Amino acid sequence: MTVSETKKHAEGHHDISTGVAGGDGSASATRITPGNALRPEDISLQLRQGATGPSEDAALYALQLGDDALILAQRLGHWISRAPELEEDVALGNIALDQLGHARSFLTYAGGAWGKSEDDLAYFRGEEEFRSAHLFEQPNGDFAVTIARQLVISCYQFALYSALTGSADTTIAAIAAKALKEVDYHRDHSAQWVLRLGLGTDESRRRMIRGLSMVWPYVGELFVDDDLVARLAADGVAVLPASLRPEFDRAVAQVLAEANLDVPDVPAAPGGGRQGRHSEHLGYVLAEMQVLARQHPGASW
Amino acid sequence: MSVQDAAGSAAKGSAEAPMPAAREGRAAWPLWEVFVRSSRGLSHVHAGSLHAPDAALALRNARDLYTRRNEGVSIWVVPAEAIAASDPDSKGSFFESPQGKDYRHATYYTKSEGVKHL
Repeated sequence: MTVSETKKHAEGHHDISTGVAGGDGSASATRITPGNALRPEDISLQLRQGATGPSEDAALYALQLGDDALILAQRLGHWISRAPELEEDVALGNIALDQLGHARSFLTYAGGAWGKSEDDLAYFRGEEEFRSAHLFEQPNGDFAVTIARQLVISCYQFALYSALTGSADTTIAAIAAKALKEVDYHRDHSAQWVLRLGLGTDESRRRMIRGLSMVWPYVGELFVDDDLVARLAADGVAVLPASLRPEFDRAVAQVLAEANLDVPDVPAAPGGGRQGRHSEHLGYVLAEMQVLARQHPGASW
Repeated sequence: MSVQDAAGSAAKGSAEAPMPAAREGRAAWPLWEVFVRSSRGLSHVHAGSLHAPDAALALRNARDLYTRRNEGVSIWVVPAEAIAASDPDSKGSFFESPQGKDYRHATYYTKSEGVKHL
């Protein structure tokens, strides 16, 4: 989101319900309407109009959630033009854009505590300032690795956002409610593919098993409670990650059982993303994501 | 197209492998025609077509390709091969016969006297 785009949208929803049919909705299947949903611009506008920003703790929590979504969006965006079929390019691109939307909302809200914009946080923080978990920065690998990563992340995010719709922080609750419906679709997308790869050819099955074993070491980190989240959970703002594990395990096990696959039995990776300790992969992801904004600060189009 | 074919296609996609090599030697996914209903009370309208290995994924691809801008509340997908189409070369014999037959239109007839609500 550029500065000028932010300004354009800052005054609220615009009527773009003209579409190819010139406003006659009955004339075309491709009528365009904006719908009505919480957008990052709305959060930004509320903050500028003096709405209470997040507490320091809530901002740090929103930063974690936003960073997870942002890094995944950047990873998934890399599939465009590289997926097995054009249609799958679009499917993964759509999921990436959903995640980018969640990231923008969370980062906009987090920035409210520090007078920073979503762009400040996305483009002008260093590697050690990112709070994403390691799973999100893991390489795309082949299609099966990406699908394995998607299955884990979508099941995790579905449990997480379901719980956060009841957050005492109403902005976090609202972002979670919007994200939940989209993540529900991401879960369906990954489950459909796990079934087809798991029950498909010997080669697809071999790759699916390998994909699951490659992402599974990073599952544990998602469900680690720390002091920040414990304080926020006590106030009803956050949800303890460990409390989400049973639902996650049930959801993943159900898909894997249907695909005749086993839950991988592999040692856990050390993690540390929530403290800013990242794997060797994040630096490259950030370099690609941030280079333009850093080369031309304030640029817009 | 079976689950095996879908998996065979997808398993060859790789972020590392150059696509031309990855695309060789496999069957293409079949074509599906997509119909989208934009709101309650309207009928499904042909929106376009797409490739998918099976009906379940065709619906999902249709959702991603044709309802990105809030266009629809319902989607149908139909295997393209299941649609029988009229022959474009028989336009004359198929579609030109009604031309000039004004009496097939209600406006051709004059209203009878004394009929108030026609």
